[in-house]
Amino acid sequence: MSFPWARHYEPKAPLMRYLDEKLPLPRLVYNAIGAGYPVPRNLNYMWNFGVLAGFCLVLQIVTGIILAMHYAANAGLAFSSVEHIMRDVNWGWLMRYAHANGASFFFLVIYLHIFRGFFYGSYKAPREMVWLLGVVIFLLLMATGFMGYVLPWGQMSFWGAKVITGLFGAIPLVGEPLQIWLLGGYAPDNAALNRFFSLHYLLPFVIAGVVILHIWALHIPGSSNPTGVEVKSESDTIPFHPYYTAKDGFGLGVFLILYCLMVFFLPNSLGHPDNYIPANPLSTPAHIVPEWYFWPFYAILRAFTTDFILPAKLWGVLAMFASILVWFFLPWLDKSPVRSGHYRPAFKWFFGALVLDMLVLGYCGGSPAAEPYVMISQIATAYYFLHFLVILPIVSMVERPLPLPFSITEAVLGEDATPAT
Amino acid sequence: MATTTGTAEPAALAAGEGVRRRDFIEIAAVSAAGIGALGTLVPLISQMAPSKDVLAESTTEIDLSAIQPGQAIKAVFRKQPLFVRNLTQQEIAAANAVAVDSLRDPQTLQERTKEGHDNWLITMGVCTHLGCVPLGASEGEIKGEFGGYFCPCHGSAYDTAGRIRKGPAPKNLEVPEYEFNTDTKITVG
Repeated sequence: MSFPWARHYEPKAPLMRYLDEKLPLPRLVYNAIGAGYPVPRNLNYMWNFGVLAGFCLVLQIVTGIILAMHYAANAGLAFSSVEHIMRDVNWGWLMRYAHANGASFFFLVIYLHIFRGFFYGSYKAPREMVWLLGVVIFLLLMATGFMGYVLPWGQMSFWGAKVITGLFGAIPLVGEPLQIWLLGGYAPDNAALNRFFSLHYLLPFVIAGVVILHIWALHIPGSSNPTGVEVKSESDTIPFHPYYTAKDGFGLGVFLILYCLMVFFLPNSLGHPDNYIPANPLSTPAHIVPEWYFWPFYAILRAFTTDFILPAKLWGVLAMFASILVWFFLPWLDKSPVRSGHYRPAFKWFFGALVLDMLVLGYCGGSPAAEPYVMISQIATAYYFLHFLVILPIVSMVERPLPLPFSITEAVLGEDATPAT
Repeated sequence: MATTTGTAEPAALAAGEGVRRRDFIEIAAVSAAGIGALGTLVPLISQMAPSKDVLAESTTEIDLSAIQPGQAIKAVFRKQPLFVRNLTQQEIAAANAVAVDSLRDPQTLQERTKEGHDNWLITMGVCTHLGCVPLGASEGEIKGEFGGYFCPCHGSAYDTAGRIRKGPAPKNLEVPEYEFNTDTKITVG
């Protein structure tokens, strides 16, 4: 499971030796995030986001369980129970703002984690399974985030539920019955709210389970690194603890400063004022948009405006799901043997273009469904699929990568360095 | 600092004495993070304490004017029953006739009522054994062998001053904080 030079767990205290025989939990921790896990010595700060995502998951579970102690999942009570949390419950405002902004920060961290993977080719063999599990986690995260946003039962909650379940109505033949089945009615109401609450409570633990698989799969080949060159000898690695626990600790500190800034000084800046109006099934807010982290995909959904063989609505839904499902095929679309974007002169530019394209899609997704945003979304959507389905395979075939360093040690210390042992 | 790290520190290290710079930073950083983590426990724990809407129900006003001597009512104070009883002269006399030293929880009737209002026995309707509601406040309920209250759960009997006389309960029925606003109105809590 690890490199042959990985340090072995040797408990000294009699109690720890006894525990190691009966339940080797400290050994598991030692080998997973302790001194027993050798990690490439050259990881940069982009490698902080895995640990940060794990922290976000814990943060969301802790604050979420607390909110569930005070929240009432009933269409008649939900909105006022959220206000009860804000006004009456001790520190309730903090718990709710920490949870709502925690969701935003979770997605921010996950997006940086994913784009780290895009740039450094983290999805390539032998880490395909790590990547596939990661995409599964992202899909689960989107479902969880969406259902959580419905729970306060404000106007944006209600209409978000209506619109997103409406996506399923686009599926031919079974669409409408499926939508009615999902909602347990003809429009979002008590039945939908209750099942969303139930699933919103369940899915984080499913995510935690898949995260364990994600880390397990990662620890077989070991972490990737900014050069993309595999570990060759002991001098290429350092133990996770204390080196990366310290580095991750610093990253966590920076993260918490930014997070607290939002929670304490700008708690509602990422939300919509309309969600402080109780749900009203008879009136849609004038400008309805999802939370910022869904904007790029929302733009793709809205980019299809004309029927072409299939109805436009169905195209939009298919494209939106396809835009994430295409990530599953990434390890086989990008065949370049070089992992890191640092050594891929052409890929580097196209990666930059993809980042820009996602930002454009995000901006359009958050804007009203009017020109010029519709046309820009259409161009950006076309480019998005072009990037994954055409540009990446071609670039990986024709590109001439830069020479790779012989080893991680050489990349760090220079060619003349004698590898330390 | 930068100049001393190069010279003074290794000497001290070799001798195995003094605090190393790295040790200091490590302990300081981990302690700061640990204290911060402990600080976050405050809201996480405090959120389970009674919320403001619960605390807002912490006082109750009761009108005594309709309660005749020998009658009692059950009011609600902090979501628990409160016995408000207008004692008769016989009941007061019976309570005062008991030798205080012989009681499990020695208290006189005067200590359990307000001065000038010793006919008003105001106690929680919560048995001090395990929290059941004793009988004896409503019309027709048995009052137990001491004429006060009787808890049917485990057989605790209270006298006309609400004092424990028999059975497993350790304490007299609790007298909550209250005051007379007028002769016929009290505020409990």
